[in-house]
Amino acid sequence: MNPAPSIVFFTTASGAGYGLLFWLGVLRPLGWGDGAPSLGAAAVVLALVLITAGLLSSLAHLGNPQRAWRAFSQWRSSWLSREGVAAVLTYPPALLLLLALWSGWPAVATLAGLLAAAGAAATIYCTAMIYASIKPVRQWRHPLVVPGYFAMAAFSGAALLAALAAWWDAGRLLPVPAALAALGGLAAIGLKFAYWRAVDAGMPGPTAEGATGLGAIGRVRPLDPPHTEQNYLLREMGFRVARKHAARLRQVALWGGFAAPAVLAALALAGAPAAPLLALGALLALLGVLVERWLMFAEATHTVMLYYR
Amino acid sequence: MTSLPDRPAGAKKLGLVIDLDTCVGCQACATNCKEWNASGHSAPLPDFKPYSAGAEGVWFNRVHSYEAGEGDQGRTVHFPRSCLHCETPACVTVCPTGASYKRAEDGIVLVNAETCIGCGLCAWACPYGAREMDEDSGVMKKCTLCIDRIYNETIPEAQRQPACVITCPTRARHFGDLGDPDSAVSQLVARRGGQDLMPELGYGPVNKYLPPREHTSAPTEAKPVEDAPTPMDIPNPLLRWMDRVLSR
Repeated sequence: MNPAPSIVFFTTASGAGYGLLFWLGVLRPLGWGDGAPSLGAAAVVLALVLITAGLLSSLAHLGNPQRAWRAFSQWRSSWLSREGVAAVLTYPPALLLLLALWSGWPAVATLAGLLAAAGAAATIYCTAMIYASIKPVRQWRHPLVVPGYFAMAAFSGAALLAALAAWWDAGRLLPVPAALAALGGLAAIGLKFAYWRAVDAGMPGPTAEGATGLGAIGRVRPLDPPHTEQNYLLREMGFRVARKHAARLRQVALWGGFAAPAVLAALALAGAPAAPLLALGALLALLGVLVERWLMFAEATHTVMLYYR
Repeated sequence: MTSLPDRPAGAKKLGLVIDLDTCVGCQACATNCKEWNASGHSAPLPDFKPYSAGAEGVWFNRVHSYEAGEGDQGRTVHFPRSCLHCETPACVTVCPTGASYKRAEDGIVLVNAETCIGCGLCAWACPYGAREMDEDSGVMKKCTLCIDRIYNETIPEAQRQPACVITCPTRARHFGDLGDPDSAVSQLVARRGGQDLMPELGYGPVNKYLPPREHTSAPTEAKPVEDAPTPMDIPNPLLRWMDRVLSR
């Protein structure tokens, strides 16, 4: 599948934003960040900037972005529509959380934070289900795809929250998000390692024989293509330009994107200068998720290519 | 509404039956499809760089050619690929705007170009590659089963068939109601063992493909008579006459 930059950026940026919003929403009721409403407010602002930038980027993927409002209508059947609805519904509690932190209404902040966290989790789930429900792409049907989206959002969100906390008040606020970032990095490594192993082992799915119905005669191989130039299908579903770099990119994501931020978070917990380390960690985490998301597309194969090669 | 319409068991299911035994891969169906639909219901069907290298465009019908089987059982099969107007089309249910829809009355799957946002998700959801984006106007395009021919009362009744069907020189394409077990197309499917493509994915394609007939294997004892001269090989008219007499 073609890794369209607009979508790769969207799921990375919005995912990190929703992860950040989620952690802020669930950690505050547990007593984290009580004395630092300005940190909370900064985190909400950063989350909303990332989410909004991502959503705007996703509009760039559309052939008719001016009609995007229509996408809120089919939530009964479409995960893409549900994602849009969930994304929009997450804004009011997130903005209310910002206002409550600003104005010093802790009870409102707690309630709004929990609602925003629920909205963030719902949006991530809808995003993941857009892919997990596409039957012609076997790599997206794997049961680890949805947990993978949650893990990436939780990991990158925690890394961002830890980086912010380190700037504010390293001693008191740092331990929880830094520990979450480290654990998130480990979870991301485990999940993607298992996923890539499963994908490499070969996933069952349709063959050229089943796609043409000619299996009764024997093995099927293409003789003449229907067209000698490119078309939309080949560009969108037949992407394989840099699939040869997949193995190296996986290592980059695993070690540079997931393991390094986890190690940096552990070093910060152990007393090393936290602010620069965790800022670097958050940057690496975002880059790691970006590479992972690119691979999600580039390594996915669509059944329509059974007809072509 | 991209939820699928409620359709009773005997509902009309208009679709195509494609005979892989008689298709000769001439591309007439693809060409006539392009010709009709370039100004039809989903017009235009744009072409990009049509007169230079890298020419490409939107087509509803693509004819592939394959080799299937090995040795003397191997054969060339031409394979037209277009929308199968599935009974449970995910291309419809994934659509966020309701632009992609399945008609309740005859099961035809269409796109409303006025409300399509061009997200491309329906093309991802189609296992058969039936949808191609019109990158000029940013909306998805697909086979309409020539909805503007089959119900068109301004053309003679005999021509109220999809453009691909009416143009096929070998009658490899048939159009009809596959929801009616007594229709000509349903009978043909029953007689020839018509197949679904990738049925395991659960889309319930309405279009059926008739597999190539089995080889009628010639008796192995009969050798070709290559050494026997034909009348053309004998220039002398007298000898040619004698050959003809003796060959009786």
